[in-house]
Amino acid sequence: MKTASETTHRLHIKDMSCAGCVDTVQRTLSSVSGVKSAEVNFADKTATVTGEVSPDTLVSAVGGAGYTASVLKGEDSESEKESEEAELYRDLLKRTIISGVLAAFIVVVSMTGILPALDTAAGRLSWGAVSLLTLFVLIYGGGRFFKGALKSFRNHSANMDTLVAIGTGVAWAYSTFVVLFPGAVGDLAGHLYFETAAIIIALIDLGGALEMRARGKTSEAIKRLIGLKPRTARVVRGGAETDVPISEVVPGDVVRVRPGEKIPVDGVITDGSSQVDESMLTGEPMPAEKGAGDEVVGGTINKSGSFLFRATRVGEETALARIIEMVRKAQNSKPAIGRLADRVSGIFVPSVLLAAVFTLLAWFNFGPEPRLTYMLVTAIAVLIIACPCALGLATPISVMVGVGKAAEHGVLIRNGDALQQAGRLTAIVLDKTGTITQGRPVVTAVEPLGGTSEEDVLSLAAGLEAGSEHPLAEAVLEAAKIKGGAPREVTSFEAVSGHGVKAVYDGKTVLLGNRKLMVDNGVTLGEGEARLEELSRTGKTVVFLASGGALAGLIGISDPLKPDSKEAVERLKKMGLKVIMLTGDNRVTAGAVAKETGIDEFIAEVLPDGKSDEISKLRANGEIVGMVGDGINDAPALAGADVGFAIGSGTDVAIESADITLMRGSLHGVADAIKISNATVRNIKENLFGAFAYNTLAIPVAAGVLFPFTGMLLDPIIAGAAMALSSFTVVTNANRLRWFKP
Amino acid sequence: MTTLLVNILGLAAAAFIVWWFWLSKNLPEAKAGAGALDIIVDGGVYQPSVIRAAAGKPLRLRFLRKDKSPCAEKVIFSGLDVSAELPVGQPREVEFTPKSPGEYEFTCQMAMYRGKLIVEPGRE
Repeated sequence: MKTASETTHRLHIKDMSCAGCVDTVQRTLSSVSGVKSAEVNFADKTATVTGEVSPDTLVSAVGGAGYTASVLKGEDSESEKESEEAELYRDLLKRTIISGVLAAFIVVVSMTGILPALDTAAGRLSWGAVSLLTLFVLIYGGGRFFKGALKSFRNHSANMDTLVAIGTGVAWAYSTFVVLFPGAVGDLAGHLYFETAAIIIALIDLGGALEMRARGKTSEAIKRLIGLKPRTARVVRGGAETDVPISEVVPGDVVRVRPGEKIPVDGVITDGSSQVDESMLTGEPMPAEKGAGDEVVGGTINKSGSFLFRATRVGEETALARIIEMVRKAQNSKPAIGRLADRVSGIFVPSVLLAAVFTLLAWFNFGPEPRLTYMLVTAIAVLIIACPCALGLATPISVMVGVGKAAEHGVLIRNGDALQQAGRLTAIVLDKTGTITQGRPVVTAVEPLGGTSEEDVLSLAAGLEAGSEHPLAEAVLEAAKIKGGAPREVTSFEAVSGHGVKAVYDGKTVLLGNRKLMVDNGVTLGEGEARLEELSRTGKTVVFLASGGALAGLIGISDPLKPDSKEAVERLKKMGLKVIMLTGDNRVTAGAVAKETGIDEFIAEVLPDGKSDEISKLRANGEIVGMVGDGINDAPALAGADVGFAIGSGTDVAIESADITLMRGSLHGVADAIKISNATVRNIKENLFGAFAYNTLAIPVAAGVLFPFTGMLLDPIIAGAAMALSSFTVVTNANRLRWFKP
Repeated sequence: MTTLLVNILGLAAAAFIVWWFWLSKNLPEAKAGAGALDIIVDGGVYQPSVIRAAAGKPLRLRFLRKDKSPCAEKVIFSGLDVSAELPVGQPREVEFTPKSPGEYEFTCQMAMYRGKLIVEPGRE
């Protein structure tokens, strides 16, 4: 028997190489204070420890004995949870069926008049038996309601259990009282409610089982992600390839992946090449070509070739583990729209209890005879029909499905608020490099000036850019490598933020950067102006090179558009969004790219730290702004926007930095995210409206407000059916989102 | 006479409901210390349901879910960006450091289970 404060920890003991080690580890663990039991498994190199002890203490104890232990977390928690749920469902189904059959029997004997009347001894005996049978249904099928009601009552709290327990309990207690003392309530001896109590319990159990089944489907997306986790890896150690459990792979291990296999952990290809299907993470259907130096991500599938890669991230650090964690967290969060329901939920049940009391009093004071019957029927109906669950489930269940749906499309939504905001956006601001364009710029024009050669320009520029990680610098270095110019050694290097770089070469000040850098440093542009204009008009970004105060050349760099940027921009515009491009490039280049992409509005020559100011200006003008950028250079702008979208190429994107992360490099992800957000928020609204409308209409009807006009009263059994179906309906409605196609 | 009695009883019941569920919330309170604080999740309530903690200090809460119904499967600290899934019958530790003082609600996903985390200004 485990007590409340005891915990079970699973440890992975790494260097346990012989059966003798098992004893040592077992003894070490057992001797730690607080440990109740420790079991070491040599086969899978794990230890299972139960006791009042922290996992860290265990790890250090094992460390003291000369072994390396790590805590195994949540690897199988999802499958455990699944089997737990399946068991719960089977149990509930069994209870539903048995309660249902017994309730049906009670209905038959109660309604058909086959039992003798209560004024005979035989009658009292038979009805007493029915009372006991009903009590069995209440305990077997509905015991948890009574237990829950009592517990929460003791804690000054009330929930659905309270309503069901009081509703059915009163029906049973009153009927049993009548059976025991038939004279006590006068003419009413004939009105018994055993069948009502039994049927309500059976119906609510049925509703619970249906709901549970439907709920299982809402977490399919996360289950699918967890299912991507590989279990083993083929590691090359000491020249031999061996399959080892995934938990044993450490960074630096070289791993072999054969065609058709799942890539076990994150890493960089060292040898070989292949096509890799990353669709399960990015939503990108086309396999990606990968060769030496390219990153691979655990959980994706190697299609054609065989390759070796060096593991860089393992365990909880892998992109897949982080994605799972993020999706899980987002599924647990609630958008603002759901908070009203939470507030209502907090006072809902006691309010219903009050409503039931006032219903009793109203029928007692103003109702026709037989008053007691009317009082009971209406009050029980009020208690039973009220459904706090539908209200409570309305938001979280849709968020669960919506966030999961988004993840299927390679869209990771940080939390419920981001989900809700995305649907309200009026303007989308797109960064240019790497967002609209491929972000892999190439030098497409070199124009030497003032007697220099193409090689001079490139090699000097390469020298200036040697230490830089700017995408344009990479393009220059690449071009210099191809055209043979070795980077020249420069000194006194200095970066001029947003404009370029400055250094000294051969005793002269050399500058590489934009027009402003030249002008600020007094370089006469002369014929450079015309060349700038010409190159910019074709969408090239122009970098000037000056040496000793004179212009030495221009380098034109092109960054091709992503193949679907134009189409995605068109789609965003069709959705009624204002699309704006934001770039540090000059007006002419920006204009050319905007035109090519079909963007009508652009803001050019913005310095990196000026981007968030532009976002603020748009927001001040009443726009609800979504900013799309790479998530690293644009982090402040993303944070300043109503919704920041980090767009990745593959899975290397910084997934922690933005409200919404697009795993696929395509701008279609922005449109997908907005559409999924809209659909989810609509779904939440339907659910909330349904739940609020249901409760606000059903409770008065159950109380009998229609009775004076139509003579209509709600049978508590109908109330039970309505309540059982209401939360099932909410879950089913949320499940509709699973079929949504953005 | 009966009429009066029934009405008085009814009103008394209503008054009791208001008092018991809303006014006299004398909830069990616990102060988080260096070790993990156990919270039982059962019967629609967190026990204890009011937790006092110091800002800026790591907080370790160990939830033990006994209630099998799916309503109890998550605990969400709104406003703190902390949430966890609670397996039935297995303690689940939730560790975080509340930064700013204030009152934070923690609930199940349907907000039926409710608790309050009171973060007090930390002392040096």
